[in-house]
Amino acid sequence: MTTSSQKFAASHETTPVLRLPGTAALAAAVAGGVLAAASAAMSWTWTDQFPGDLTYYGSPAGLQWPALVGGLLTALLALAAHGLKGLRWLSPSGSHNGVLFAALGTLAVCWYSVIAITVQLDGLVNLDPGGWVAAVGSLLAVVGALGLPLDRRRTVKQTPFAPWWYLVAGVAVVLRVGFGQGWALNAVPPGVRPLFTENLWFFVAVPVVILGFRLWQLLDAWLRIGRIERPLPAARALPSWAEILVITAVFALGLGVVEFGISTEYGELFIGFLLLAVFATAALLAGGTVARLSELTTRHRAVTTGAAFAAAGAFPFTQSSETYVLIGANILIFATVALGLNVVVGLAGLLDLGYVAFLGVGAYAAALVSGSPYSVFRGLHLPFPLAVLIGALAALVFGVVIGAPTLRLRGDYLAIVTLGFGEIFRIAMNNLDGRSGPSLTNGPNGVAAIPDVNLFGFDFGRPHDFGFVQLGKFGNYLLLMLVVTAIVVVVFGRVANSRIGRAWVAIREDETAAEAMGINGFRVKLIAFALGATLAGLAGAVQAHVAGAVSPDQYQFAGPVPPNSAFLLAAVILGGMGTISGPLVGAALLFLIPAKLQFLQSYQLLAFGVALILLMRFRPEGLIANRRRKLEFHEAELPAQGGPTDDALSKAGA
Amino acid sequence: MTTDTAPAAPLAETVLEATDVVMRFGGLTAVNQVNLTVRQGEIVGLIGPNGAGKTTFFNCLTGLYVPTSGVVRYKGQVLPPKPHLVTQAGIARTFQNIRLFSNMTVLENVLVGRHTRTEEGLFSAILRGPGYRRAEAESRARAMELLEFCGLSGKADHLARNLPYGEQRKLEIARALASEPGLLLLDEPTAGMNPQETRSAEELVFAIRDLGIAVLVIEHDMKFIFNLCDRTAVLVQGQKIVEGDRETVQNDERVVTAYLGEPLEGTTTATEADQ
Ligand SMILES: Nc1ncnc2c1ncn2[C@@H]1O[C@H](COP(=O)(O)OP(=O)(O)OP(=O)(O)O)[C@@H](O)[C@H]1O
Ligand SMILES: [Mg+2]
Repeated sequence: MTTSSQKFAASHETTPVLRLPGTAALAAAVAGGVLAAASAAMSWTWTDQFPGDLTYYGSPAGLQWPALVGGLLTALLALAAHGLKGLRWLSPSGSHNGVLFAALGTLAVCWYSVIAITVQLDGLVNLDPGGWVAAVGSLLAVVGALGLPLDRRRTVKQTPFAPWWYLVAGVAVVLRVGFGQGWALNAVPPGVRPLFTENLWFFVAVPVVILGFRLWQLLDAWLRIGRIERPLPAARALPSWAEILVITAVFALGLGVVEFGISTEYGELFIGFLLLAVFATAALLAGGTVARLSELTTRHRAVTTGAAFAAAGAFPFTQSSETYVLIGANILIFATVALGLNVVVGLAGLLDLGYVAFLGVGAYAAALVSGSPYSVFRGLHLPFPLAVLIGALAALVFGVVIGAPTLRLRGDYLAIVTLGFGEIFRIAMNNLDGRSGPSLTNGPNGVAAIPDVNLFGFDFGRPHDFGFVQLGKFGNYLLLMLVVTAIVVVVFGRVANSRIGRAWVAIREDETAAEAMGINGFRVKLIAFALGATLAGLAGAVQAHVAGAVSPDQYQFAGPVPPNSAFLLAAVILGGMGTISGPLVGAALLFLIPAKLQFLQSYQLLAFGVALILLMRFRPEGLIANRRRKLEFHEAELPAQGGPTDDALSKAGA
Repeated sequence: MTTDTAPAAPLAETVLEATDVVMRFGGLTAVNQVNLTVRQGEIVGLIGPNGAGKTTFFNCLTGLYVPTSGVVRYKGQVLPPKPHLVTQAGIARTFQNIRLFSNMTVLENVLVGRHTRTEEGLFSAILRGPGYRRAEAESRARAMELLEFCGLSGKADHLARNLPYGEQRKLEIARALASEPGLLLLDEPTAGMNPQETRSAEELVFAIRDLGIAVLVIEHDMKFIFNLCDRTAVLVQGQKIVEGDRETVQNDERVVTAYLGEPLEGTTTATEADQ
């Protein structure tokens, strides 16, 4: 531990960014947070024109909720990091960086709201006192937080920024204006003019990216925010029931947060929610609360899993609108498929770029035997469990057929072959319509009108009463999907920590060494690939019944709507490779964000890309680091020593 | 008289028998017509200047390379050139450049080494029946024993990459031993170690021999080799120029020339290499 702090002492320091007198910084942070929170109970604007109706005094609405939460979090974290008795659990690491992150989150929400009100309603006159209080309070909180002793890097390494980038940005702005007004069009031949007039966004994106990057560099050089791994003080010993209670409370809270996110009714609110969620997560990570919680959850693994499933199962009961329940069910499908992909990518390290095709195989196979009038096997209506089995088996067969020839080779062949398979699958499904090919899939129209599942007399298509609450069609399906998710979670958890799972990880780490340890690389890779395909097929069979139809364009390599192969891969990598909860969380976010940002239209993928880049910049190991990576942090006291890494490494084998 | 060690040695079972092994890379003959036998209970050394082809010879033995020609037998059986089948048959190895599974824990590394001696497949892992639990517990117990044997018992839950260098080498040996080999190939096990660590590595190799495992070891540290080995073979430019005990090897002038870096023109090895 001493060596660890020495290591950090060389590169890091704990100093304020702004030197403020005495306890002024703390006071400002707390007061700012409280002000911002208090503003939520005031009116921010006088008309109800702005979505969410922020005109009431006395009760928060819409965007005021994130402001309230952010403000309170800032104030509490500031007090906790200061060492106020009874609050230490909120900031066990004692780092003040969390306060800054929370304050920045509050600032982002409040200023975003205020600016959105001003712009949409045309003028600052539309701001009520509450809006002013929110803006000033959150700014005060940030100034205060900057005066607290923060963990900072001593030096900032940055890639040099060539000044001619400004020129590029300037030219792009001129072109944007020129093409927008038309006079610059004279410079280009008429044939290609639409190329410019229809892609004006490009000339906006270029300066935004360049200036944004430069701004970030300047900010980074000024703030120098870093992260010092402090050993957490031993937690106060709680009785086991209390710990379980804490876990339950955390999941209940999590359910609340997710529900808020899913049921945001307009884009502005979702953006506010997202801004706060990102910064609050960063704040809790810096404060050590997340580390403390994960200690707790690893101690009570069964309880944690149970609580997570209970929270997911409770979700449809808390929703009045079926739309949001459908979103929930789709998130579950997407997340389950991502977890299946995690076997292939996260454990065995095989890059599968056409994974969604296995989902499609499962979905089509199940749809064909589901009794749909559009299926070529019209009369065939197999019971649901059998249809699921057929879906999984069909995917298994395809997995083996694709994997067997490819996995014998090392290198990136698999990525290429799976990418091809993904495309071939979609195109084949489009063409097996009886005209361009044999009649099997009904071509681009797909297999529609798949009858609802009926299990033991329980019709999934109709609402059912459970005591006081009613569960609609999608609620039924959500619970059904939850069972499939549970199966995949159990399979993943058990296999990952077994002889075969260890062999996968060994292959991923060093294939030559793994083979020298007696592992038949081809065999175990094929098992991983086939298992991944089977799990996708399983999910696909359910998906076909939830959606009630399958069509080729649902299964693309990349597209704005998940699940597609690119998004699945992103979910795994974002969430954390090799973990269970990582892909589930990653998938939930990746589903929700595009679904909620639809109002951005063509900018949606751009925004999504920027978000991905930011995440990979700040948390390359993914949202949820796996057990082994966690060990890495706990072993910071050991000097990391690798073997000599000269080029002789390749000499020793392969 | 009858208990004299010298006549007893030929009676021991032959573990490894490499016959006329040749390995060519394009125009370069890295291993040229090498014959080598290792018997039960022996520690055999393999030395030679850098680039002599020692590691390449190991790779030919373990199936990492398919020899251009020649046969490798383990306990009388011809080995297929597939690394996993070689390990299955009973030959385990370490690497000159440590090749641990660096993001796995120390215990997991050894458990991976047990792969060939266990057979739980996918389904038993999913179902987790009593048989599976028993096998897994046994594997763990065995792995912990091996860690203790190699002096790593306190480090089971550390990440392999975070071990100090000397312990990484020991872990590679523990991982190799987990496959319950009859022959252990060590490629420069003391490279980069301080004298103290080298001493403990020596003891470890003796302890391994006492388990009844034959050892073939590549090393540049002559003191280590001559302390340890019953027999030493010298490889120069892919050819075995001499094999025998300490005196034979040390007094051979070709060995001396090779190690002093004399140009090889006019020596016997050069004329052989020309052929
Ligand atoms: N895969 C390969 N392709 C081409 N040449 C190779 C290959 N592997 C080894 N060689 C060459 O074969 C020769 C023998 O190399 P090898 O690694 O076996 O030497 P070594 O005796 O182990 O040396 P050191 O003591 O440095 O480990 C070298 O000239 C090397 O460059
Ligand atoms: Mg070598």
